[in-house]
Amino acid sequence: MIKRTPLYETHVKYNGKIVDFAGWELPIQYQGIKEEHEAVREDAGIFDVSHMGEIFVEGKDSEKFVDYLVTNDVTALVDNQVLYSPMCNEAGGVVDDLLVYRYNKEKYLLVVNAGNIDKDFNWMSSQADNFDVKLRNESDAYGDVALQGPKAQEILQQLTSFTLQEIKFFYFSEEVMIGEYPCIVSRTGYTGEDGFEIYVKAEDTAGLFELIYKAGKKFNLQLAGLGARDTLRFEAGLPLYGNELGDTVSPLESSLGFFVKLDRNDFIGKDVLVKQKAEGLSRKLVGFELIGKGIARHGYEVCSEDGKVIGEVTTGYQLPGTKKSVGVALVDIEYKSLETQIFVKLRNKLIEAKVAKKSFYNKKYKK
Amino acid sequence: MVKEGLLYAKSHEWIEVDGKEGKVGISDYAQHLLGDIVFVELPEEDAEIDKEDSFGVVESVKAASDVYMPVTGKIIEINEELEDEPELLNKDAYKNFIMKIEILDESQLDDLLTKEQYEAYIETIEHE
Repeated sequence: MIKRTPLYETHVKYNGKIVDFAGWELPIQYQGIKEEHEAVREDAGIFDVSHMGEIFVEGKDSEKFVDYLVTNDVTALVDNQVLYSPMCNEAGGVVDDLLVYRYNKEKYLLVVNAGNIDKDFNWMSSQADNFDVKLRNESDAYGDVALQGPKAQEILQQLTSFTLQEIKFFYFSEEVMIGEYPCIVSRTGYTGEDGFEIYVKAEDTAGLFELIYKAGKKFNLQLAGLGARDTLRFEAGLPLYGNELGDTVSPLESSLGFFVKLDRNDFIGKDVLVKQKAEGLSRKLVGFELIGKGIARHGYEVCSEDGKVIGEVTTGYQLPGTKKSVGVALVDIEYKSLETQIFVKLRNKLIEAKVAKKSFYNKKYKK
Repeated sequence: MVKEGLLYAKSHEWIEVDGKEGKVGISDYAQHLLGDIVFVELPEEDAEIDKEDSFGVVESVKAASDVYMPVTGKIIEINEELEDEPELLNKDAYKNFIMKIEILDESQLDDLLTKEQYEAYIETIEHE
């Protein structure tokens, strides 16, 4: 059954073009992907990300449990800090990538991808037997609004007496009143810009969204849909589960080695990843630039000059506001070096490309 | 917006008939559905392509869509402006044709929709 977020009526009211995304009815765009993309880079954009899942972990063993679930080092967190991490299965494939919010050593919030909520909750529950923890899937109780762009702080500061400057990059506060709405606010996002993700009770979400939207009008705040969310995250080199990440691809292959800490306590998938690192990878995620004409899309084959398949495009675009056709692909390891010649199969024609950095934008985080 | 005087295919291409020749493009409805157009793959001149076969691809930021021959024809001119400025299709889908063809089977024009028929057709698909 297709689901709606608490903001469905709001999207309809503002003429959002509604599509089915991972089982959710959400707007792909309002005014147009290009305009929304540029607004986030120049000023600010507001996104409905209420489809994301919220899973709470509570109990004496919470820190140990979450640390065992994910590949990054959860023990390094202090209270109110946020951590990005892949979560692996026993074969070293990625069950999901998520944000870990530490309230304290005995309480964590895990924010997971919409399409994976049930899979993640079942997986986490199946791993919890030897830990004194309680898991709660609160996904339906929360809405989530992302306010992203260089003007995000200025816009949001008008609506709260909380000094937002105090929330540093990848930190959060669980006690921020925005207007009359109690919110959890983190300085996080998925666009490569400064900004916030704001968690709020489902029934307060529409009110909060309108409040921020109105307060942002004079800053050229635009409503932004899933289309711009994808071009922005892609341009900033951020991976999307289902494209760059999946159950059968390891985080090392997905070039997320920075978020895999192998020299620490045991975690699920560690043995396989340690072995993979020692023996060397057989494939890796790389960026590329198309030299010939066309646009490489998700799922297109990547080939060598003689037409042998050497990989697959995970995401590709001609980025808004540029004439450059670029992408990210998972390729055999011998093709991983910058400037290597590769070919993308576009409608049965081999189009020349070269390996490039997989981030096409310099992120502007406020650190 | 549907322009008077053109014939339309259900796959949202238009043809402006001038004797044995015709200009072909995509409808305003089609450009609107696609969103920001960033690339147009044009056909080869002199190619003969059958009715309802793909003659090229129009790509927006989000997706690639084939475009189809409204009638069987031979490509006699392509609009090369679209190679550098594909967004012209968003600006005015009727002024900016994709190609000119020689119509090889004029009887096929009878299968196409008039302005009124095409408007009614859009109505029905919008309410599906």
